[in-house]
Amino acid sequence: LLLILIASISRATNPPLTFTGTEIEEQVFIADTHCMNVSAGPTQKMNLFQSVTSALDNTLAGDPTAVIFGEDVAFGGVFRCTVGLRDKYGKDRVFNTPLCEQGIVGFGIGAAAAGATAIAEIQFADYIYPAFDQIVNEAAKYRYRSGNMFDCGKLTIRAPWGCVGHGSIYHSQCPEAFFTHCPGIKIVVPRGPVQAKGLLLSCIADQNPCIFFEPKILYRAAVEQVPTEAYQIPLSQAEVLQEGSDLTLVAWGTQVHVLKEVAAMAQEKLGVSCELIDLRTILPWDTETVCKSVVKTGRLLISHEAPVTGGFAAEISSTVQEECFLNLEAPISRVCGYDTPFPHIFEPFYIPDKWKCFEAVKRMINY
Amino acid sequence: MVNIFAYFIRYPNSVRSKILGCDLHRLDEGPSVQTVLTREDGLRYYRTMQTMRRMELKADQLYKQKIIRGFCHLYDGQEACAVGIEAGISPTDHLITAYRSHGYTYTRGVSVKEIMAELTGRSGGVAKGKGGSMHMYAKNFYGGNGIVGAQVPLGAGVALACQYQGKNEVCVTLYGDGAANQGQIFESFNMAALWKLPCIFICENNKYGMGTSVERASASTDYYKRGDYIPGLRVDGMDVLSVREATRFAADYCRSGKGPILMELQTYRYHGHSMSDPGVSYRTREEIQEIRSKSDPITMLKDCMISRNMASLEEIKDIDATVRKEIEEAAQFATSDPEPPLEDLCKHIFYNDAPLEVRGTHPWMRLKSIS
Repeated sequence: LLLILIASISRATNPPLTFTGTEIEEQVFIADTHCMNVSAGPTQKMNLFQSVTSALDNTLAGDPTAVIFGEDVAFGGVFRCTVGLRDKYGKDRVFNTPLCEQGIVGFGIGAAAAGATAIAEIQFADYIYPAFDQIVNEAAKYRYRSGNMFDCGKLTIRAPWGCVGHGSIYHSQCPEAFFTHCPGIKIVVPRGPVQAKGLLLSCIADQNPCIFFEPKILYRAAVEQVPTEAYQIPLSQAEVLQEGSDLTLVAWGTQVHVLKEVAAMAQEKLGVSCELIDLRTILPWDTETVCKSVVKTGRLLISHEAPVTGGFAAEISSTVQEECFLNLEAPISRVCGYDTPFPHIFEPFYIPDKWKCFEAVKRMINY
Repeated sequence: MVNIFAYFIRYPNSVRSKILGCDLHRLDEGPSVQTVLTREDGLRYYRTMQTMRRMELKADQLYKQKIIRGFCHLYDGQEACAVGIEAGISPTDHLITAYRSHGYTYTRGVSVKEIMAELTGRSGGVAKGKGGSMHMYAKNFYGGNGIVGAQVPLGAGVALACQYQGKNEVCVTLYGDGAANQGQIFESFNMAALWKLPCIFICENNKYGMGTSVERASASTDYYKRGDYIPGLRVDGMDVLSVREATRFAADYCRSGKGPILMELQTYRYHGHSMSDPGVSYRTREEIQEIRSKSDPITMLKDCMISRNMASLEEIKDIDATVRKEIEEAAQFATSDPEPPLEDLCKHIFYNDAPLEVRGTHPWMRLKSIS
C-alpha cells in the first residue's frame, strides 16, 4: 500500500511529459446526478449551448418585451446558442448588431431602462473591454445615482468565457475579477447545462444588471438531462456538491469539474475527504456557505483559470481568513493561472490542472 | 532550358497600362489612370503574390492536420492589396493591420519559414512562438492585432511619431469593413484630421465581416466616405497596379503635410473568416467561383504580363515551381522546429533589469520573467 502511495505521489509530482494540448479536451465531464430536483417536469438531453437556447426560448415565449441582440446572433450565434430563435420569434426580437461592443452594451442599457428585457451577447468575454465603461459606469450605477428612479435591471449580458484548449490570448480569458470590483452588477458562472439554464433564467428575471459567463469549452462537452420548462436557480447561493470533512475546495465554471477529479484523487490516494463547493454566483458571493464549510474542515483551496494576482480567489481568501481565522489548520491555497497573458503554445502549462491542485491538497494536509 | 530561352527572347522592359479610375470623396483629382509596369516589377509582384497564396493554402492544409492550432485567418484572394500597398510605400514607412496579417508580415520582410513556424508555435517563429497567427511583427510592421479596431488608434499614434520625428514617413493603418463600425475608428479619424497626421487609413472591404455582409452591418457602405472631413478614394483591390497607384497617391498626399487620407480597397477573400468558418453559409459557392475566375489578382497579373509579352508561360511556371519548393521547405521547418522552452512562458511580461518572480499557479513554484 505504501509503495502504491509513493508511486502515485511521484506520478502526481511528475505530471505526464507528453502535453499535446488535448489534456483539457480529454477531461471527462461528469453530469450532475443529484440536482435533478431543480424542476419537476419533462427533461431532454441537452448540451450547454442547447440549454442556453432553451432558456432564451422560454424567456422570449413568456416575456413579450424580451429581445436578444449581439454579433451574429440571428443565424444562431458562433456557438449556436441562439439557433432557431429568430425564425420562431421574429427579426424584431432577435437581431444582429454591428461590430461594436461599447455600442451593444450601451444600447442594451438604454433598452433595459426603457422597459425591455434586454439580453445582449458579447461574442467572447475577451472582447468585453470596450464595454467596460458602459457596464461599470453606467449599468452598475444607474439605480444608485438616480435614487431608484431609473434602473437597467432588465439587462443581462452573456459572454463565452474561459480556456478552450487552443484559444490563446484573445479567445480564452476569464475577466470576472475585473467586474467583481464594481458594486451594482451581478456575475454568474454555471458549471453545466442544468445549472446554466436555471441561473440564466434567474439572471434575466433578476432586477439588477447581470453578466452571465458561459464556459465555452463545455458548450459541447457538457451534456445533461435538462428540464424543458422554465425554472430558476437562486442567485448568490453556492452549492455544496460533495460533503467532506478534511478540506474545502471552491471553484466555478469549468474548474469545478477539475476539482471533482481532485477530490476523487484525494480520497483514493490520500484518504482525504474533500468538500466541493461550486460558487455559482461570483458577485455577490455566498460567504456563509463557504465560511461554514471552512469552519468544519479547517482547510481551503480555491482554484480559477484567471491569473492569481487580483483574481477572485484573493477576495475569498481574505474574507475567509477574517471570518474563520482560528479554524484554519493550514494557509489558504490558491491554485490559479500564472500572472502572464493567456499563452498560445504554453496553455497546458499555464492552466491550474488537477495535478497542481492535487499537489496543493497534499501540502495543506501535511502542513 | 527556360533560362536559355530568356536570353534569346526579347521582352519589352515596360508597358503602359490603363487602370480603373477611383471614386473620389473631397478630392479634385485622383491617382493617375495610366501606370507603367516594368517586367522586373511585374515578375516580382507575381512571385510575391504567388508566395502569399501558396503560403495561405499550406497553412490551410496544416490547420486541417491540426499542426497549426488556435485561430487562423487566411488572406488568399486579397494578395493584390498587400503587394500593391507595399509597392506604393517604402520599407521605412510604417504599417499596422488587424488579424488577417500573414500576407502583410511577408511583404514587410519576414520569411515564409518564420511565418509558418510562428503559426505552428515553434521557437523559430517570428514572435518566438508566443504570438501565433494574429501576432506577427517586423521592423516598421506593428502586427497583427486580435481585437477588432484596436489597431487604428495605434496607427494614428505611429503617424504622430512620424510627424514628430520629421523623417517624411507615413503610417498605413488597415482595418476591415466590420471594424469600420467601431467607435475608436472615428476617434482616430478626428485626431488624425485635427493634427494633420501622415496617416493613410485603409479599409479592406472584403464584403463580409465574419458572416455578416456589409449591407447588413453598415448604414453606409461607402467606406471611403466614412471619414467625412477626411478625403477618400475607393480602389479596385483586386488589381495590384490600381492599388499601387492609389497608395502612391495617398502617400504623396500625406507626405505633403495635408493630413490623413482614407482609402477603401474593394477586395474579396476566398476562405471563410477563419479556419472554423467554411465560408459558404452566408455566401454562395457561385459567388466565390465567379470572383476566382474573373477577378483573381494573380491570374489577372499573369494574363496581363503574358498578353503584353512581358513574360513567357514557362517563366511563370518556373516561378510557381520555385515558390512551391520554398513553401514546402518552410512547412518542413515549421513542423520540425522545437517548441519554445517552458521558461518562455513568463518571459517578456515586463521590462525589468533584474529577473522578476512571476506568481504561479501555486506558491511553491515560481518562474522568472526575464526581459
